[in-house]
Amino acid sequence: MGKWTRRGLIAAGVLTGGAFAVGVGIREGHRAPRLAGMVAGEGETLVNVWVKLAQDNTITAIVPHSEMGQGVFTAMAQMLAEEMDADWEHVTFEQAPAHEAYANYPLGKGYLLGDIRVPGLVADSLNGGMLRVAQNMSLQITGGSTAVRFTGQTGMRVAGAAAREMLVRAAAREWGAPAAEIRTEKSHLFHDASGRTAPYATFAAAAGAMSPPVQPRLKSREQYALMGQSAKRLDIPAKVDGSAVFAIDVDLPDMAYAAVAGPPVFGARVTRLDDAAAKAMPGVREVINEGDFVAVVADGYWRAEQAIAALDIAWTQTGRETLGQDAIYAQFRTDMARAVETGQEQRDVRSGDARGAAAAASQRVEAEYSVPYLAHAAMEPINAVAHVKDGKVDLWIGHQNPLGARDAIAKALGYDRHAITVHTCFLGGGFGRKSEADYPIMAVRIAQRFNHPVKMIWSREQDIRQDFYRPATTARVIAGLSEDNMPVSWDYQFVHKNDPVEATHIPYAIENQFIHFAETENPIRFGPWRSVDHTQHGFFIESFIDELAHAAQQDPVAFRRTLLVDKPRHIAVLDAVAEMSGWGRPMPDQRGLGVALVESFGTIVAEIVEVDASGAVPRVVNVWAAADAGFVVNPDGFTAQIESAVIYGLTAALYGNISVENGAVVQSNFHDYPMLRMDDAPAIAVRIINSDANFGGGGEPGTPPAAPALANAIFAAKGQRIRALPLAGGGRLA
Amino acid sequence: MATLTVNGEARTVDVDPQMPLLWAIREHLKLPGTKFGCGIAQCGACTVHLNGAPVRACSVPLSAADGGEVTTIEGVAGQDGALHAVQQAWIDVQVPQCGYCQSGQIMSAVALLRDKPNPTDADIDAAMRGNICRCGAYGRIRAAIKAAASQTPSRAAGGSNHG
Ligand code: FES
Ligand code: FES
Repeated sequence: MGKWTRRGLIAAGVLTGGAFAVGVGIREGHRAPRLAGMVAGEGETLVNVWVKLAQDNTITAIVPHSEMGQGVFTAMAQMLAEEMDADWEHVTFEQAPAHEAYANYPLGKGYLLGDIRVPGLVADSLNGGMLRVAQNMSLQITGGSTAVRFTGQTGMRVAGAAAREMLVRAAAREWGAPAAEIRTEKSHLFHDASGRTAPYATFAAAAGAMSPPVQPRLKSREQYALMGQSAKRLDIPAKVDGSAVFAIDVDLPDMAYAAVAGPPVFGARVTRLDDAAAKAMPGVREVINEGDFVAVVADGYWRAEQAIAALDIAWTQTGRETLGQDAIYAQFRTDMARAVETGQEQRDVRSGDARGAAAAASQRVEAEYSVPYLAHAAMEPINAVAHVKDGKVDLWIGHQNPLGARDAIAKALGYDRHAITVHTCFLGGGFGRKSEADYPIMAVRIAQRFNHPVKMIWSREQDIRQDFYRPATTARVIAGLSEDNMPVSWDYQFVHKNDPVEATHIPYAIENQFIHFAETENPIRFGPWRSVDHTQHGFFIESFIDELAHAAQQDPVAFRRTLLVDKPRHIAVLDAVAEMSGWGRPMPDQRGLGVALVESFGTIVAEIVEVDASGAVPRVVNVWAAADAGFVVNPDGFTAQIESAVIYGLTAALYGNISVENGAVVQSNFHDYPMLRMDDAPAIAVRIINSDANFGGGGEPGTPPAAPALANAIFAAKGQRIRALPLAGGGRLA
Repeated sequence: MATLTVNGEARTVDVDPQMPLLWAIREHLKLPGTKFGCGIAQCGACTVHLNGAPVRACSVPLSAADGGEVTTIEGVAGQDGALHAVQQAWIDVQVPQCGYCQSGQIMSAVALLRDKPNPTDADIDAAMRGNICRCGAYGRIRAAIKAAASQTPSRAAGGSNHG
C-alpha cells in the first residue's frame, strides 16, 4: 500500500439514524494515469469512498464510479468487505452521488459526516483545489481502468480495515477485553475467551465516537477470503427482469420528449430552418433552434423524431464540405513526410541512432499502417433527462464522469455548480463516449426553456454521427535486422499523440529506437475509445513485430520471447497463451494462428486468434487470452471483461469503419456500421495469471491485442499482410 | 385507440396507430424494460413477443398489434415472481454486462427454447443473430441458453407465462 497514509485521510462518524460511516479521501500520487485534455494538468487526484454500517448490520459500499457493465460495484464491495470481514450476504452498494461529498470537505461534512474534524492540511487542499480536484476526479470516476487499481486499493480496502479496527476497539472497551483477543467474522465480533459475541451494529455508535486509526492494517494476499473469489455481480438480478434503470428509462411527471439534429459537418451552424411541417404535427410542442443543433420537443419521442425528419435545415459552410476520407489519409502522409524531410519530428522516445543502424543493417523492413475513425456505439444511445426549475437543475444521466458533467454544465450555462444535481443511472455501455460533456449540456439547454422535465434521446443515427471518434491514424515503421536476424533499430512515426503516453512504446529490447510523431490536423472530433491510443498502436506495433519475425524467419512467439529482456511477466502470459492455443500445431489450409501481446493500464494481455480465412470475410474461430493484472479481485468478472474487450476489438478489426465524405460522417446505424453478432462470435478462453505485481485494469486491456492477433493469423493462414482496417466492408481483404 | 393484452392484462392505448409498438410500450404502458437501440430492426434491443412470436417492437406499428397479446421482459417471470428458467440461467452464467441489450436477448432466447427445447448451435445462431450485444456477451448467452435448456426443459419449453 506504500504511500497512502501520507496521501490519504480517514474520517468517521455516526449518521442520522445511527449508521456508522467511515470515509477515506485519497490523494493519488504522480503515477495516476492522465488523459490529456480531460485533466487540467499535472496534479494530484482525490477520490473519496465511504462505507456505511446500518443498524440492521447491513454494510453499504458507496462507490464513486459508474456501472457500465464492468462489475465495478461488485469488485469495490468485495474489496471493502474483505478488509471489514463482512458478511457478504449482507453487503450492498450505492452509487455515490455526483456531489462534493465525494470531492470536497465542506459539503461532505454537511452531507454525510456531521461535525467530524478533518486535519487542516487536507481540508485546505480540498477547498482550494476544488476545481482541479473535481476535474481530476472526473477522470478517475470511470475511465482508464482505474477503479480497482486506485479506488479499490487505496480507498475501499482502507475504509473497510479502518471500520473493522474501530469496531474491535469499541467492543474491547465494552467487554473489558484486549483488542488483540477479539476476532471478526461475517460482520460479527467474537471474544472467544469470554464467549461473547455481537453483530457489528451493536458497536456502531461507540465506534463512531472514536478517532479513526492512522494506518489500519490491511490483509496480506494469503488472508484474502473474498478477494480473488468470483462473487456474483450485485447488479445482475435487475438486468434480467427489466428493472434496472438506465437514464433512458427515467419517467417523471409532466415529462416531454426531445429529439435532436446536429450539424452533418462538425462546427456548422443553422442558417435557415423551415419547421412548418414539423409544427403542424399533433403532439409537437416546440421546435428549438439552438444554432449548433435543432431540437423538437413533443409529447412522445416517436413524434419528436418524426418532426425532426420533417425539418428543412440549412447549415453554414465550414470550409470542410468537400473533405473526404482519402484526403484525410493523404494529409497524414504529407505531414509525416514533411516532418521527416524538415527534421520536424516530434520526439517521443529516442535511444541510440535508429536511422544510422537501419542504414547499416543487413535487412531493412518497412511498412505503413492505418486505421479509420471508430464510433463507440454503446447499446444505449445517448440520452439524458433534465429538469430546470427556479434556477436549479436536476439531471438524470448515465455518465462516466458525472461530477465533470455537472461542472461542465455550470461553466457552459452559467449555473452555480451547487445548483445542479446529477442523478447517475446505470450506463447501457460507455466505452469512453459517455465521458464527454456535450450531451448533458444539450439536455439542459433544451430543458431550461420549459418548467417541466424533458427527456432528450438521440436517434442511433445521431449517436453514430455526433460521436467523439477513435481518431483515424497512420503509422510508418522502419526496422533494421542484423546478420543474425535480430532487430537493431526501430523507427516508428505516427500522427496524433494522445494518451496514455506509453501506448506508443514497445516492450521489446531493440537498441536503437526513434519513436516520433508528426503534427497534423485531425478534422473530425475525437475522444477516448476503449483502451484509447492502445487500440491503434497495439495494432501497428504488434503487426509489425510479426512482420519482423517473418523477415527474420523466426516463429512469432519465439521471436517476441527473445526480445522480452527482463520482462518475466510478459513472457509468462505469452507462454501461457501459446500453451492454451496449442501454438505450433499443424493447421489446415486457410487456417492460421496469430499472436499479439500488449500491456495497457497496468495489465499485460497476450491473445492468440485462430482464423478461418477461406471466405470473403475471415471468420474468427477461437481466441485464447492470458492476462496478468497483478491480482484479480473477481476472476469471473475479469474474465467477462476480457471476453467483452476481445469482441470489441474484433468488431473494430472486422467491420469498424467511420468514414468522412463531403465533410460528414457517412455511416448512420447498425446496417452500415455493423457489429459482430452471435453467429460470428468466436469461442474465447481466458487464463488469469496472478503475479502479485501492482493491480492492473480490467475493462480495457483485452481490446488492443485482438486486431493484431487477427491480422497476424490471416498472414499465417494465407500469407496476406493486413496493414489497414477494417477487414470487411472496406474491400481491403482481397 | 388500440386494445392489447400486455403481460396477461387488458390495456388500451389511445395514440396514433402508426406509433411503433416500442414507444407505446415504453411511454404509454410504462414498461421501460423493453429497450430502444436502433429503431430499424437491426439490433433486437426492443424484442417482445406478439402473439407468441418474437418481434422487433421498434418496427411494428401499434395498429398491427391491435387485439393481440404482447409479452415484455416484465412479463417473463411467473406470476408468483419466480424467474423464468432463462432468467435464472442468465444469473447463473453471469451473462449481463451493461445489461442494456439483455431484455431483448432474453425475449429471443425464451422464444427459441419454447420452439426448440434442445437447440443446436446453429439454432442458437439463427435465433440470436438479430440481437446485438455491444458488450460482447455472446459466449455467455450461448452457454446460458444451453444451461436453461438442460435444466428444466419443460419449464423453458413452456415459454413466457403470458405469451
Ligand atoms: S430498436 Fe428495434 S431492433 Fe433495434
Ligand atoms: S450487456 Fe451491454 S450490450 Fe449486451
